Amino acid sequence: MPGPMKIRATLKGSYTDIRVLMSHPMETGLRKAQGKLVPAHFIENITVKVNGKTVVKAQTSQAISRNPVFAFRVKGGNKGDMVEIGWVDNKGESNKTEAAVA
Amino acid sequence: MKSKSVHLLLGGLAAALLAAQLAYADPTLLEVRAVMHRDFHARGQAVMSRVDQDDVQYLCTITRDKPPAHRVKEMEAAQLAMIRYPADGNYIGDWKRGAKIASSGKGMTWKEKPGQNRGGGCYNCHQLSPKQESYGTIGPSLKHYAKVRPGIEGQKYVYGKIYDSKAFNLCTQMPRFGTSHSLTEQDIKDVTAYLLDPASPVNQ
Amino acid sequence: MLALRTSAVLAAAALAIAAAPVHAQDEKKEIEKYQKMLAEGSPVELFELEGADLWKKKQGPKNESLEKCDLGMGPGVLKGAYAHLPRYFADTGRVMDLESRLVHCMVTLQGRDYKEATKRVFGNADKPSELEYLAAYVVGKSRGVKIAVSTRNPKAKAAYELGRQLFHYRAGPWDFSCASCHGVAGKRIRMQSLPLLDKPSGARRTYATWPAYRVSNSQMKTFQWRLNDCYRQMRFPEPTFGSDATVALTMFLAVTANGEPYDGPGTKR
Repeated sequence: MPGPMKIRATLKGSYTDIRVLMSHPMETGLRKAQGKLVPAHFIENITVKVNGKTVVKAQTSQAISRNPVFAFRVKGGNKGDMVEIGWVDNKGESNKTEAAVA
Repeated sequence: MKSKSVHLLLGGLAAALLAAQLAYADPTLLEVRAVMHRDFHARGQAVMSRVDQDDVQYLCTITRDKPPAHRVKEMEAAQLAMIRYPADGNYIGDWKRGAKIASSGKGMTWKEKPGQNRGGGCYNCHQLSPKQESYGTIGPSLKHYAKVRPGIEGQKYVYGKIYDSKAFNLCTQMPRFGTSHSLTEQDIKDVTAYLLDPASPVNQ
Repeated sequence: MLALRTSAVLAAAALAIAAAPVHAQDEKKEIEKYQKMLAEGSPVELFELEGADLWKKKQGPKNESLEKCDLGMGPGVLKGAYAHLPRYFADTGRVMDLESRLVHCMVTLQGRDYKEATKRVFGNADKPSELEYLAAYVVGKSRGVKIAVSTRNPKAKAAYELGRQLFHYRAGPWDFSCASCHGVAGKRIRMQSLPLLDKPSGARRTYATWPAYRVSNSQMKTFQWRLNDCYRQMRFPEPTFGSDATVALTMFLAVTANGEPYDGPGTKR
C-alpha cells in the first residue's frame, strides 16, 4: 500500500501555489542491495486537477529522489477550490489525495 | 543525637568541598566511567575497555585540555617513549598509498573488523593537497608541509606525530594512530610520505 | 528599553560580520542557501502523517493505541510536550527522553514486551522504524514552542550534570570526547560545519532541529540515533538505547538549548 501524500495549496493573489509531498521509493533500477539489483520502481505520471479540471499532466522518470516534492504555480484560483493530485508508477500502483486552496 | 553528629560531619565536608574547586560537585570521572560500563555495551571490535581512560585522557578530561605545565613535561616524555620508530631508520613510504589513508575516515568502529578499512581521517581536520577542497578545520593546514618540516628531522617528527601525537602536544585532539594500533608502521610511513614527498600533491 | 537592547545586539552582530573574512562569509551564505532549499523540498511531513496513524493504531497484547500516552503534559497531550523533554517522570522515578518514554507507553499501554518494542529502534530508507515515525509526529506538535527543559527535580539536575561530564569525557582508541568536535565554534569536518554544543550559541539551533530527515540517505533520524552514530564515529562501544547515559547527554544538550523555539523535525544534508 502506498504511503501518505500531502498537498498544500495557497492562494497568492492572482495565482495559486501548489506543493505536494509523495511517499515513494523511486528506485532507479541501478542500485544494488546485498549484491543484487533492486528493481526499478518509480512514479511515471502525475495529474493535478483543480475543481475536477486537469491543469497539469507530468511524465516523470527515475531521476527524481525518494519521497519527492513537487511544486506547481497555477493561474487564478479561489479559496476553497479543490486540488486533487494523483500519481501512477511503473508497476501500475497509484495514489491520490486532495486538499482545498487556503 | 546521631542525626546531629551526621549533620556536623556533613557540614565539615561541605566546607572542605567549597574550599576546593566547584567542579567537585559534579560526578567524579570514576562515577562517569561506572555509568558508561553500565549503559554502553561492547559491539564488534569496540570493546568495553575502550571507555577506560589512560592517564593522558584522564588529565585532559579533568583539565578540559589545559593540563598544568608541571605534568605536561613528564607525561609527554612517557608518550614519546611509546613511539616505535622504524627499525630500518626509513620514515618515508609510498605517498600514493598514503593519500588513500589520509582521505579515508574509516576504521576502528564497531561496524568494521579489526584492521579493516584502516584510515587516518586526515582530511576530516586538516587541509593537505591544495587540490582537495573538502577538508576540515579542526587542525592546522598542512599544505606544502615539506617546507615546514624539511630534512630527515622533519621526517622523524611527522612519523612520530602520527604515531603518538600526545608526545608533542599532550591534550591535542589528534588521535595516536600508532600507539592505538589504528595504523601499521607501513601505513604511517605512507602517510608521512604523502605529507613530505616532493612528488606528493600536498607539496605541489 | 527593549528597542535599545535590540539595537545594541544588532550593532554587535554587524561588528562580528564586518570582522569575518569575506570568503568565509560567502561560503556560509551559499551553505545556508542550500540548507533552505533542502528544507523546502523536505518530505518530513510524510513521516509526521505516518506517525499520526501509528499513534492511533491499536496494537500489542492489549490492542491499545498510544493516544493515552503521557509525555509529561498529561495523558494524550502532545502540544509542546517535546519542548519539555527530557524530564523527570514520577511514575517511573526516572528521567526520560522522548524515545524511552514512547517505549514505556508501548509497554504499559499496549502491553508489549520491552525487547520486542526496542528490537528495531533505528530503521533505514526502505523501512523506517516505528519510533522514527512516532518521533516525527510527536515533535511536530512542538513546532514554535520554546524549549523549556527543567532541572528543578534533583534527578533531572543530576542527569544534566552527568550529561555535562559525559560530553567532556575523553576515551577510546582515538581519545575523543563530544567536545573534540563540538567544543570549539566555527570548525568543520570536511565541508560539514560543526556546531558548538556546550554553549547556547551553537546548541540552540542545532538541538531545535532534531530529530531530522537526512536528504543524503532519505532517512528520518531520531536524537537517540544521532548520539549513537556520534559514539560510533568516536570509536566508543555502543551506547545502549534509552539508557540513563544517553538521556543524560540529551538532557545536557536540551538545557543548553533552552529558550530556542523548537523547529523540527528538521532537514539535514
